Amino acid sequence: MDLGNNNNMSHEKSKNIILKGIGGAPGIAIGKAYLVERGNVDIVDKYYIGKEWVQAEVERFKDAVNNSTKELLKIIEELPEEYRENAYILDAHLMLLKDKMIHQGTIERIEQEQINSEWALKKSVEHVKEVFSKMSTPYLKERLNDIVHVSERILRNLTGHSTDDISDINKRVILVAHDLSPAETTQIQLERVKGFITDLGGRTSHTAIIARSLEIPAVLGLERATHQITTGDLLIIDGMRGLVIIDPNEEALTYYHNEKGRFEAYEAMVARSSHLPAETIDGYRVRVMANIEMVEEVVSVLDHGGEGIGLYRTEYLYLNKKSLPTEQELFESYREIAEIMNPRPVTIRTLDIGGDKFGNGIERGHEVNPALGLRAIRFCLKEPEIFKTQLRAILRAAALGNIRIMFPMISSVEEVIAAKQILSDACESLDREGTPFNKDIDIGIMVEVPSAAVLSDLLAREVDFFSIGTNDLIQYSIAIDRGNEHVAHLYQPLHPAILRMVKSVVAAGHSAGIKVSICGEMACSPPYVPILLAMEMDELSMNPISIPQVKKMIRSVSLSDCKPLIKEVMKQRTAQDIVNILQDTFGEQFQDIASCEPLPD
Amino acid sequence: MTVENELGLHARAAAQIVKVAEKAGSSVVIEKDGECVDASSILDILTLNCPIGSTITVRVDTPEDKDILDSIERLIKDGFGEQ
Repeated sequence: MDLGNNNNMSHEKSKNIILKGIGGAPGIAIGKAYLVERGNVDIVDKYYIGKEWVQAEVERFKDAVNNSTKELLKIIEELPEEYRENAYILDAHLMLLKDKMIHQGTIERIEQEQINSEWALKKSVEHVKEVFSKMSTPYLKERLNDIVHVSERILRNLTGHSTDDISDINKRVILVAHDLSPAETTQIQLERVKGFITDLGGRTSHTAIIARSLEIPAVLGLERATHQITTGDLLIIDGMRGLVIIDPNEEALTYYHNEKGRFEAYEAMVARSSHLPAETIDGYRVRVMANIEMVEEVVSVLDHGGEGIGLYRTEYLYLNKKSLPTEQELFESYREIAEIMNPRPVTIRTLDIGGDKFGNGIERGHEVNPALGLRAIRFCLKEPEIFKTQLRAILRAAALGNIRIMFPMISSVEEVIAAKQILSDACESLDREGTPFNKDIDIGIMVEVPSAAVLSDLLAREVDFFSIGTNDLIQYSIAIDRGNEHVAHLYQPLHPAILRMVKSVVAAGHSAGIKVSICGEMACSPPYVPILLAMEMDELSMNPISIPQVKKMIRSVSLSDCKPLIKEVMKQRTAQDIVNILQDTFGEQFQDIASCEPLPD
Repeated sequence: MTVENELGLHARAAAQIVKVAEKAGSSVVIEKDGECVDASSILDILTLNCPIGSTITVRVDTPEDKDILDSIERLIKDGFGEQ
């Protein structure tokens, strides 16, 4: 069917605009768009106004400020009693609205430079930022955010965009945003979201990962979607092909309505067989586990046939709150997961804060390159008290279920030794108090930094298991920012260098007698399964929804076929050569798996 | 006078000064280390950067604003009602 052809629907005035992006999460959604304005407001119109328009422009600005004041007053008035305490922040916002640096400064710029209000306001804010940036106290940096909020409010009043509150969405919509930060994502009431569309982001960006785990289709990296789509537009999202259709014609609607039904039927079929063991035709057994972020996902793990949690990301409790979570809070949530999953293992990854994730309770300076900055284990070793609180919670919960502990972003032997030292301090303190805990907890590390892969033989002597985090390993090895849509296509899991590294890590682990698992997105793509089997990976951990299709793939191949394949694959010089071999060998099975992610091209 | 509240002249405190200073007939100035800022601008006060222990001088232009001066002095002495 030609989706671009709407000639035969002459009575319809559908625009049927097709946008091509990156498929972030499979599935099809048909619904109304809801545009999240924020990032959009950054781009302000800049134009000169004639002398005769200066007065009117000043009035327009004053009106916008007045409206902003009224909005704020209304918010303050409607504030529930328990939040009254914090009303002073809004009071401060009110004062910022009429502060001379912003208010008078903007009016002067309109008058002297004869420029439009938006531009003049932006310049005033830039000026304030400049003054503030010379003073480096974190407190003032925080206040800069207030200024930005206030100026955005005025801007919205100038441009006539209505105020958005992401937590306020009250119908089921397709969310369209420039980008969604992890912090913003936590604010969304996800049950009201049918799909995600963003300008930025790639297949392994945070939004994609969240969308996949929630089984919500997502198309990312569309670059200009927020300019092309307005709130209320009818949209179709095709998360498998990475397509978005704005204002679809009837033909497209019918087609996708059917596709949606087919996809759902397929998912149901796969789910029915998901409880069968992950065993190859010739009886080779692997453990298929799940990556999760929230306690709520555990049900979905069991429904999809997950045999444990291979990666429990623990940042969520740190992201959603103003203050750090207490040991008791952490303990409660770890215990809940461990108890539901018991006797299946739950692998808790210690705090991986930093990078693109922002923790509210933690002061962090600005980093030019957060992916290479103070994050994960580095952050925890620098903040041993925060780290120890989490370790104590994990150790306590480990007494009540099958919990393993895993340190992220290890890049040297010293880091493992230092982390284990703090862990043993935590054990000692619990012991002294007589609090029950499991001192024989299994300790593992994420192998996701190339230096750790190189040192895997030495690291294997220090720990009980390895978990290869392919997302970061690929990003750090090939030097690709996985959120950058301009280079996202270079992110190749089948890059020969990556396969060599993964293979050597598995070999080093096995020769030291420890288990090796893989918990990157690579594990959840059926096409990669034969390779991972041939390397004799012990565990594959992935998003819960991917478990059935991966199990199905495992059950449809035999290890004796995969073994010679890996020999052939390891000889290849390019990722494309490897793709070709896989397609030639397993083409049949691939076609059978409709929802598998496309091979990189 | 000396800033005595723990947080110094941060947004909440500055906002209270602004509220008072706005009512003045003419300008109210806060000085610290030779730098003068407008007491009716919250941003100005913030940029003065006055943590606890800072010595500041508050000045009004006309005798009529004497009570404004007194109220600001009271605010600072009381530590802006912080516990």
